[in-house]
Amino acid sequence: MWFIYVTGVLLLLSFFFDSNKSKKALILAYRRFIFIFPSFLIMLILVSIILFLFPQERIISYLNKGSYIVNIMLAALVGSITAVPGFIVFPLAGILKANGIPYTIIAAFTTTLMMVGTITFPVEVTYLGKRIALIRNVISFIIALIVALVVGLYFGEVIL
Amino acid sequence: MKVPDKKENKKIKRSLFLIIVLIYFIFVFYSCIFNISSGREIGTNLLSFLSSMSKILPCAFILIGLFEVWVPRERVEKYLGYQGGLRGHIWAIILAGTMAGGLLVALPVSSALYHKGARPSAIFTFLGASAIVRIPMTLFEASFLGAEFTIIRWTVSIPLIIISSIFLEKYFTKEQFEIK
Repeated sequence: MWFIYVTGVLLLLSFFFDSNKSKKALILAYRRFIFIFPSFLIMLILVSIILFLFPQERIISYLNKGSYIVNIMLAALVGSITAVPGFIVFPLAGILKANGIPYTIIAAFTTTLMMVGTITFPVEVTYLGKRIALIRNVISFIIALIVALVVGLYFGEVIL
Repeated sequence: MKVPDKKENKKIKRSLFLIIVLIYFIFVFYSCIFNISSGREIGTNLLSFLSSMSKILPCAFILIGLFEVWVPRERVEKYLGYQGGLRGHIWAIILAGTMAGGLLVALPVSSALYHKGARPSAIFTFLGASAIVRIPMTLFEASFLGAEFTIIRWTVSIPLIIISSIFLEKYFTKEQFEIK
């Protein structure tokens, strides 16, 4: 809620100093919003369907099956396509840890979840273009896997 | 020859978009009336996500608007522009760390920064960092998975993000892309 107050105070201050500039700011904000609205709508539709297809319980069951390597890849893939807000992810990660799931797999899951934006992709394409958005997400995916690997090395789960 | 082709393409895309959106909402609407569980669940997901976003996004866009009229171009150029160097990346990371809302807010912010003269590599670092260093999220992570986990994640991913941003900028400028 705090950012609503911050925005309100800043907007009031802005109007106090220069009302013309402030009106211009509001028009710019409106234009920016209209610009992104169609992609945003597509994203909302994607989110609602993906959250339906990959509910929390199923995410955990996916991370329990298969061999170690398969689990890491699965965790990274599931993390890439799902959208779970931060206040759910980390308690979920805590549950995974308590269930004895290796750190490497948890890291693969949480880092891809944070870094790879399949769901925000339509919005990202609108700003950056298809090519850059795609490259950026592939790079993010690779970095997330490297992070998972180093986490695994540190906790002695991955032995080179 | 090429121009009308593009226009035609856009028209097709637009009608496809409208059809998808229409089918989706009709499905969700009918599900609510005839009690189809899958459609109802999808509808609830939509509403919950929409309500959490509707708290953040209007504020974000208003703040971006204020930023655009009040912050002079020279200031952005000084910190995030071409003369910034590595310091530009550090500013980008600090900016990303203190922001709320994740990529969805970071994208319009980066567009505003770009039009104020920030260089692409600083923007890519900013976008990458907005996914990994946000302070509230990080504190949350550390409390559930341990501080070591978070420290490793930061020390591994931050340098990689900066390096990849520098390369991505080279490609970006070579292909003469732009941020809308």
